[in-house]
Amino acid sequence: MKKRLVSLLAMATMTATMFAGCGSSETASTEEAAAPASTEEIDAEAAAVELPEDTGKVLNIYCWNDEWQTRVKDFYPGYEEVDATHGKIGDVEVVWNITPSTDNAYQNNLDEALIAQPDAAADDKVDLFLVEADYALKYVDEDVTIPLSDLGITSDVLSDQYSYTQSIVTDSTGRIKGSSWQACSAGLIYNREAAKEVLGTDDPAEVQAAVADWDKYNETAKKVADAGYTMCSVNDTYRTYANNVSGQWVQDGKLVIDPNVDKWVDDSMALIEAGAEDTDDLWSDDWAKGKRPEGKVFCYFGPAWFFNFCLDADQDGTIANQGGWGYCEGPQSYYWGGTWVCAATGTDNANLVKDIIVTMTTDKGVLKDIATTYADCVNSKEVLAELASSDEGNLDLLGGQNPYEQLAAGAETVDLSNLSKYDQGCTEEFQKAMKNYFTGNATKDEALDMFKTAVHEKYPDVSVD
Amino acid sequence: MANNTSNSQGGGVHARRIVSYIVLILISFLCLFWFYVLFINSTRSNSELSAGFTPFPSVHLIENWTNLKNGTLPIVSGMINSLLIAVLTATLATYFSTMTAYAIHAYDFKLKKFMFTFILMIMMIPTQVTVLGFLQLIDKMHLDNSAIPLIIPAIASPAVFFYMKQYMDSTLPLSLIEAARIDGSGEFRTFNQIVVPLMKPAIAVQAIFSFVGSWNNYFTPALVLHDDTKKTLPILIAQLRNADWLKFDMGQVYIMIAFSIFPVIIVYLILSRYIVGGVTLGGVKG
Amino acid sequence: MNKKSKVVRYNKWGYIFLIPFTVIFLIFQLIPLVSTIYNSFFENYRSGLTQIGPNFVGLANYATIITNGDLPMYFKNTMIMWVLGFIPQIILSLLLGAWFTDPSLRLKGQTFFKTVIYLPNLIMASAFAMLFFTLFADSGPINSLLIQLGVFKEAFSFMDHAASVRGLVATMNCLMWFGNTTILLMAGMLGIDPSLFEAAQVDGATANQIFYKITLPLLRPILVFVMITSLIGGLQMFDVPQILTNGTGNPMRSSMTLIMYLNKHLYSKNFGLAGALSVFMFVITAILSLIVYKFTNVQEQK
Repeated sequence: MKKRLVSLLAMATMTATMFAGCGSSETASTEEAAAPASTEEIDAEAAAVELPEDTGKVLNIYCWNDEWQTRVKDFYPGYEEVDATHGKIGDVEVVWNITPSTDNAYQNNLDEALIAQPDAAADDKVDLFLVEADYALKYVDEDVTIPLSDLGITSDVLSDQYSYTQSIVTDSTGRIKGSSWQACSAGLIYNREAAKEVLGTDDPAEVQAAVADWDKYNETAKKVADAGYTMCSVNDTYRTYANNVSGQWVQDGKLVIDPNVDKWVDDSMALIEAGAEDTDDLWSDDWAKGKRPEGKVFCYFGPAWFFNFCLDADQDGTIANQGGWGYCEGPQSYYWGGTWVCAATGTDNANLVKDIIVTMTTDKGVLKDIATTYADCVNSKEVLAELASSDEGNLDLLGGQNPYEQLAAGAETVDLSNLSKYDQGCTEEFQKAMKNYFTGNATKDEALDMFKTAVHEKYPDVSVD
Repeated sequence: MANNTSNSQGGGVHARRIVSYIVLILISFLCLFWFYVLFINSTRSNSELSAGFTPFPSVHLIENWTNLKNGTLPIVSGMINSLLIAVLTATLATYFSTMTAYAIHAYDFKLKKFMFTFILMIMMIPTQVTVLGFLQLIDKMHLDNSAIPLIIPAIASPAVFFYMKQYMDSTLPLSLIEAARIDGSGEFRTFNQIVVPLMKPAIAVQAIFSFVGSWNNYFTPALVLHDDTKKTLPILIAQLRNADWLKFDMGQVYIMIAFSIFPVIIVYLILSRYIVGGVTLGGVKG
Repeated sequence: MNKKSKVVRYNKWGYIFLIPFTVIFLIFQLIPLVSTIYNSFFENYRSGLTQIGPNFVGLANYATIITNGDLPMYFKNTMIMWVLGFIPQIILSLLLGAWFTDPSLRLKGQTFFKTVIYLPNLIMASAFAMLFFTLFADSGPINSLLIQLGVFKEAFSFMDHAASVRGLVATMNCLMWFGNTTILLMAGMLGIDPSLFEAAQVDGATANQIFYKITLPLLRPILVFVMITSLIGGLQMFDVPQILTNGTGNPMRSSMTLIMYLNKHLYSKNFGLAGALSVFMFVITAILSLIVYKFTNVQEQK
């Protein structure tokens, strides 16, 4: 027991020296080049772990909204709510530190807290925090997060999760450092009326055949345009391309534009010129017009939460209201959204932290409850299989189609091994810069230069030449 | 400009009056239109809002309000925090800036010219520039997560000072202060009982500006305040706009914006009496 | 002798009255400012969670800013958008101020108009930008109106053209701030002795003459204030273009202002470059303010 405590402490000190003594950018990246450990080795470590007794009286959780808070409140046994930002689990006081993610405020706040962690008073130490996939590695690839194996969580506890949800939070030594209750594989949501008009069928399998890869998709898009529809916005397809890259954004300290992302630019430009796609920003009013038949939009790209919360099924006159959408996998598999829970190095409530992570992200009972109460697409192969085979999974807005089989299949094939800690910044800046090219305000090279400038501003250590 | 159209009194005045009414009505429309749109939008549900703009109200006003009230955001304490911070900021900024301006205006001392130039220089420093240093400082002073670093710095408000100084230049004669001295009034008393009342219109103007500026400020408070119960309304609005997919509701966002504008309008209407009611500086001129 | 010592005795109050300002300024503004300037000589940023520096680099940050050559462009953008908004703003404010204070005009409903003009400033910039987005969307009401009127054949993407984005930013700034300026000017006008106007009227002066010969000269201190604070506010323009363009300053950064550029460096906590940029901004502001100040003072002496 003591040994483990010592090693947790040692890790905290290491973090402290790392922040204090880092002279230049090279040292940070070369240190991490150790060979990944195998699952067996990690499991052996996990089995040997004996966690120190919890000494903390306060459990600090950092997050950007109350989504997970409501999940914990509703489903974690023994959680009592005190007020909007405080709760109790047994004798431990739970404090929710909620900072909105607008203007990067959440990460700024979390960064300061994690950097101050080694010197923070026991009651102020971060115990748990949430991250999104786009920047998960920023925390996972540092010692500020504890590997799940160091909490004594073995791979068989996590075996029912989809592997892409684990690869997002796996560090360079092969250790998993976070866990999610959601699996957000996504596909193509098409307008059945439009499909009948353009393709002569609205059957998911046949529509899928028409968009099975990007060549077929582009052909279909041109037919769609000839019929007077818009396929979708170029911003809808970006994630699909970007999830299927062959390398990371930054390799050996240099910015690399992946061929598949480059293909997105060229394909998109061709479709814009053909009048088949537009450049509407996601969530804008113009983008949302396709939710109604008169918006004349062929499809959206999205995961399960998109059905329920973005298609306005409660609204008279929307396609969703008339059950007019269909779902298929689309040209390439990808995911969109999801939140991961990480344990912070230096926590003084390791046992409680472990139990919360295990219960909230792997317990099938809890996950089933979350799925049925909140319609989350949960991170459990079993629960999704159950939904796929029962009528519970039939959705009115999809005209009675049960999309869970496709969603589950998609989640199996999502591959996120090429995610890096630069993804959030690069993704944002790439789309913003390329819009200049799409709208005719710049040539492709000028837009790419703009992208490089923006990346260099965000990550001064990345070479962009 | 339209006011050079009149060469003679009489018919010219009539024409000018018509022109000015037309312009004023047009401007008033442009000013009030936004409040109308805000009102319309706060009566609409999230999905109605995503369907685009309409000029007619819908029926979800009460529903939006109930959703907001029953949500997890502490809007009442947000309102109280915002009020407290804004009122104190406006009070401190106007009182102490008048005092600083008075020091430069009424007295003759060695550093006078230097101080004046110096304060003007300070005015030119953008707040965004020093905010990181500011955060480090309040962290060292253990004032993080407290309203104090949002209120106390208002004592040194160069722009308010500058306005007060300019206003004194045009309206506060030194002879009046001399007269008070001859009457045996102490310097501090002269300032509080003669100068401050004379500065009322200027104080009202700057009080409104400081109040509104503080009320709508998001940048610094968002970096300083962390506890939900200490946050001000603009931060809570940002938090609402950040809500997860299951709860994302623009209807609530709009009604919260409407809710947070209400007190400012009231404060403005109270203070604006001093500006629009035609307060003349009888004391000075009499 | 006696008189002088008395004056000196009074004048120590000048120092006393300056104490609160000075103390608060030293603590809350000077310390952060000094650390900002100090930081500008260091390489000091964060990549992810990794802190790089601080390493002393001398003037390298200044050199970087000069050599990458973007600063003049952002300065130009800022000034264009400021001038576009400020000219209508000051004309409107002077016009309204003149009308409201012109005794021969006897406008009815003055209280209402005076009250209404400041109202747009009460709306948060972010809320205002949200409303502008909705109204100027491709499928929004402004576009459908313009199409119906036959101005455009198809929807005009306001956010995809440099001129229209700058125009929208200027319009928003003007709408939000002209009431503020008018109030400032009116407060100044109210400070003018009414008997001056009456005397001028008795002498048969026209409204025009009264405005140019009496109102404008007496208003000069407040006008100088308005000019300088607007200029400084303009150079610090941030929230409106930031929110309207979602921080990009697109198309091709044609609406990116100096502070938006500075804000880009705050993302990586780049204290070094941000510090150097701030020093540049400070110098630019000081020079421009000095020009305005000198210019208006010279006129006074004529």
